[in-house]
Amino acid sequence: MSAILEADDLNLRFGGVQAAAGATLTVRANERIAIIGPNGAGKTTFINLCTGYLKPQSGRVIFDGRDVTRLSPRAITRLGIGRSFQIPQLFLDNTVIDNLLLALSAREGSWSPFLVMERHPKAEEMWELLELVGLRDIGDRVVRELPEGMRKLIDIAVALALEPKLIFMDEPTSGVSSTEKFQVMDTLTRVLDARATTAVFVEHDMDVVARYANRVAVWSGGRIALEGTPEEVLNHPDVLETVIGVGV
Amino acid sequence: MRQLVIGAVLIVALAVFPLFSPWSTVILTLALCEGLAALGILVLLRAGQVSFGHGLFFSFSAYAVAFLATARLGHEALVLIPVGMAASGLLAAIVGLFVVRYRAIFFGMLNLAISMVFFSLLEKLFSITGGADGKRVPRPTFAGIELGREQFELTIFYLTLVLAIVAALFVARYLLSPGGKALEAIKSNETRLEYLGVSPRKVLYGAYVLSGLLAGLGGAVIALVSGHVTPELAYWVRSGEFVFIAILGGIGGVAGPFLGALMFKIIRGYAAVYAPETWHAVLGIMLLAIIFFAPAGLFGILSGKLGRAVRREGGQ
Repeated sequence: MSAILEADDLNLRFGGVQAAAGATLTVRANERIAIIGPNGAGKTTFINLCTGYLKPQSGRVIFDGRDVTRLSPRAITRLGIGRSFQIPQLFLDNTVIDNLLLALSAREGSWSPFLVMERHPKAEEMWELLELVGLRDIGDRVVRELPEGMRKLIDIAVALALEPKLIFMDEPTSGVSSTEKFQVMDTLTRVLDARATTAVFVEHDMDVVARYANRVAVWSGGRIALEGTPEEVLNHPDVLETVIGVGV
Repeated sequence: MRQLVIGAVLIVALAVFPLFSPWSTVILTLALCEGLAALGILVLLRAGQVSFGHGLFFSFSAYAVAFLATARLGHEALVLIPVGMAASGLLAAIVGLFVVRYRAIFFGMLNLAISMVFFSLLEKLFSITGGADGKRVPRPTFAGIELGREQFELTIFYLTLVLAIVAALFVARYLLSPGGKALEAIKSNETRLEYLGVSPRKVLYGAYVLSGLLAGLGGAVIALVSGHVTPELAYWVRSGEFVFIAILGGIGGVAGPFLGALMFKIIRGYAAVYAPETWHAVLGIMLLAIIFFAPAGLFGILSGKLGRAVRREGGQ
């Protein structure tokens, strides 16, 4: 499989904190990579560096053969990298429908002032996305009124609406009830497979990691400390002790 | 639906009123002009941005009309209005390149600063602008016909009413479109907008130019109907009035700025007669009352009453 993203020796220091210390990761097409690690290990910083929110002091990010290190989040999104956030980033005063239709408009470049959202040509796709995350019934609700778990799912649906080649998801199942967690991930994986979308996700739930990732990268001190298949990584003594919290 | 009902009632009332009270024609035209400028403010407020300098576009258009009319380059109202509006649109396109980089207080203050620079130029460049005395605007023809004063005023009033309706319908449509939602998203979450691949700056720029065009339309008409332009049109007080009108009328619907402009004229008219020394205080108290007790403005009050009436009808 060819590399879709190569993060090479990314370094970033905030004051006295080394948030990225030579972070290096190669993501191959159609992979599902889980990033795990203790809080403050630099997992979200890595996503921010790859999606243009932060610029590294050194190192580079190559996406689809193009250097995107210094590009804006907007430009990177247009090239085909989508992301969902640890704290969902949505238009809180708008309805769920508006949030998704705006994403679809952005993808299609449809900005005509005479195009009314209610008669949006991509409305059917919007309903499919809502169906996908199991939120079809709450389409006309204002996002601000919804609980965090639902917002999380909408955030993912918004990112998927852009049909990215690669999606970064920051803790996709946090806030989702434990009973629905696997259901959401099953559906999500199905969609990612159907669209041939590569995914990198930060996750704290090791059951989710074991079941849905085909590669795991353990973050520590702003870089990858260990990398391998879920079986290799999740049974490693260091991971058991520092990440999972089981002394060996 | 509520917006349509409020708009329709307002249009009918406005259309009929001058027929019974000819004295009101000019006042209503002025209110519509200020309503148009406040509609421009509404567009920006949807993005959470407030301009304290829209007098710039209002006055620029008015002076453009005054120069063209005096130079006899355009002695036709139907030419002067679009040219004045386009001049302001062009100015907004230039100023917008700079101001849309800023947000909140910086956005508001930059607009104010630029409008005050223009105000100073209008005052100081006496030989060109007529200084504080301003410039007279000779009454132009309307569709090639020389009209008497009263006929001209009535014709301009109905033309302004039609233009205000068209502008309001366009803005209403725009606000419901993806572009309008993207504009609201600037207030709500610029980060997500960036991560949709959309430039918040470009979205705001488009809205800013539209806003300048609306203020320019109001300015062009006011120059024709008042027959005189002065630097006061660019003064910060005038810009502040547009914001006042937008808040008084409410930004929930495009009828709001026009309701606000009419109410502003009424309050100002009566306050000037019955409280000539303290009419500013009356306006201030009115604004405080709106902010504390009806933050959705007059449009919000009417819209709420209409909603309750409809629910009562439905319940019976």
